[in-house]
Amino acid sequence: MGYIAVKGGKDAIENAEKYLEFQRLKGASDDLSIGQIKDQLYFAVDRIMSEGSLYAPELAALAFKQAAGDTLEASFILRAYRTTKPRVGYSLPCNTQKMKVIRRISAAFKDIPGGQILGPTSDYTLKLLDFGLEEADNEKRKAELEKLLGDIVNYKDYEDIGELPRVIDMLRKEGLVIENKRAKEGEIFDITRESNVFPASRSASLQTMARGETGGLLLLAYSNVRGYGDIHPALGELRVGYVPVMITHPLTGEPYEIGKVKITEAEIIARFNVEGEKPKFSLGYGVCFGHNEVKAISMAILDRAMAASGAKHASNDQEFVLSHVDGIESMGFTIHWKLPHYVTFLSDLDRLRKAQEVSKK
Amino acid sequence: MNNASEKIEGNNKYNFAFLDENAKKEIRRRILKAIAIPGYQVPFGSRELPIARGWGTGGLQITLSIIGRNDILKVIDQGCDDSVNAVNIRRFIKSVTGVEMTTDTEKATLVQTRHRIPEKPLTKDQIIIFQVPFPEPLRTVEPSEAETRRMHAEADYSRMWLYLYEDIVKCGEISIGARYPVFVNNRYIMDPSPIPRWDIEKLNNSECLNLFCAGREKRIYAIPPYTAVKPLEFEDFRFRTEDFKGKKCEKCGSADSYLDETIDDSDGTRHYYCSDADYCEKNSDNAVKK
Repeated sequence: MGYIAVKGGKDAIENAEKYLEFQRLKGASDDLSIGQIKDQLYFAVDRIMSEGSLYAPELAALAFKQAAGDTLEASFILRAYRTTKPRVGYSLPCNTQKMKVIRRISAAFKDIPGGQILGPTSDYTLKLLDFGLEEADNEKRKAELEKLLGDIVNYKDYEDIGELPRVIDMLRKEGLVIENKRAKEGEIFDITRESNVFPASRSASLQTMARGETGGLLLLAYSNVRGYGDIHPALGELRVGYVPVMITHPLTGEPYEIGKVKITEAEIIARFNVEGEKPKFSLGYGVCFGHNEVKAISMAILDRAMAASGAKHASNDQEFVLSHVDGIESMGFTIHWKLPHYVTFLSDLDRLRKAQEVSKK
Repeated sequence: MNNASEKIEGNNKYNFAFLDENAKKEIRRRILKAIAIPGYQVPFGSRELPIARGWGTGGLQITLSIIGRNDILKVIDQGCDDSVNAVNIRRFIKSVTGVEMTTDTEKATLVQTRHRIPEKPLTKDQIIIFQVPFPEPLRTVEPSEAETRRMHAEADYSRMWLYLYEDIVKCGEISIGARYPVFVNNRYIMDPSPIPRWDIEKLNNSECLNLFCAGREKRIYAIPPYTAVKPLEFEDFRFRTEDFKGKKCEKCGSADSYLDETIDDSDGTRHYYCSDADYCEKNSDNAVKK
């Protein structure tokens, strides 16, 4: 008897799951601990928290382990967990000027109030394989750490960097910046509770991008600055650090800090012309959970690109950008073509055979 | 209706039917709106599920929102209860609700489906839930959501008619296979999900409630019982279902059901079997009894 497609699916699915688990376990290496992933693979953890839109380093590390290092799959697992949690309230608006900065640079100005703070960056590290890391060695690791702590002169002071003024505010004072048209709106849209409608409010737009897939945002932003668009951005400020999350205390009604989250924030500046008015600068804003500079900068470029009037490229089209940047949705749909389609295919086949018959006549 | 604090037996980490009660309530409200405006796409705050977008998360959210402990659920994909997607969805719903599952179309109170409607007409005591990949029938002629919403609001369907006309000019036939657009209640053009044209007639004046949901595109729509559903057609170019040219199922002998075409590995011959597994099985049983 010929092939009867995908029947007897239950056993096959269960066996496939076992085979998958076997793939993760079959190697001779030690089991990965959640702590190891959280401490040593923190960029992956940050990315998963951001794309999965849940700030939970332990759960993100767990998802990463479970997904065997597939960030899309891990973000999806985390998002699917998040969705089961009831919405119990909203945090208060976060003033990122209160950020405890670990990194803060401006490419637009050489000298900025508070100074350029490179912080932890691999920007200037040569991309050479470090063969010193080949052997896992806990003793060596401890010794390296001791040495590093000895080297860092201002380590103690690092905690004490106070609030830093925003670079963009310098331009604002001079009247060189126009505010985003849609910056001032009333109620904040919640994309996890409502379906986006177009044109989307700026809050909906920023939320959608803040949990967008890094690669998707990067592709669209890059297409704009490369030539399919006309944003010529200058990086006004890029910050990485910790901000307090505040809620209204249910009993006292006072603002109350429930914790801190690590975020990356980018502000880009681009020239904006309005007919009959003086040319000014306008801003694009990007922010995301964790340390992910590619994502924050891409988001800022797209925020600005979507505000451009009369531009016709994909990255300028709000509906195009916002409908396609979510990794969990785009990934899910793109891989769904693996599912059986033989009823619809036969229906198409029927039409094709009919059309061929008609054209023969 | 389930109590807010009710937990799944044996799985205390998740609420009954996975979604939290507020989410279910919201989805049920949107379903009511959809029923009140047949064929109109109601936007809703689609939740992520542990099954990927595009794999039936729309249909699942409806099922999870309306299912109660006494419901009996049937899940099919391509007409078959045993297809991987159906098995996977059934396994998930079973694990988070514990409700009874069936393959028997008549026994089910809820039927969740992908790409088919059971051959046996559903009754007023049943609800059928369709998994929808593309809720917008006008997407073929217009990529922008803002624009298609306007077109629906104004019943501006000229481009759709033009598309069908051009199709006839180019192909000599309307070349749409599955997902054939329909008029619902003489008002909205609706995407019936990728069911074959064979199944379109079953939507017209059906006794059961038909619910449609696209999880990724975040839309719910409905065809209430006894609602007029008509495929788009011209007076001189009628809508036509798939033509099986006198072929019949080689298993049960049925000549009045939608058939799967399979090709034999060994000699390359084509064979035909019912796509509706339950229908075929019952037909075979009856044949044996006779």
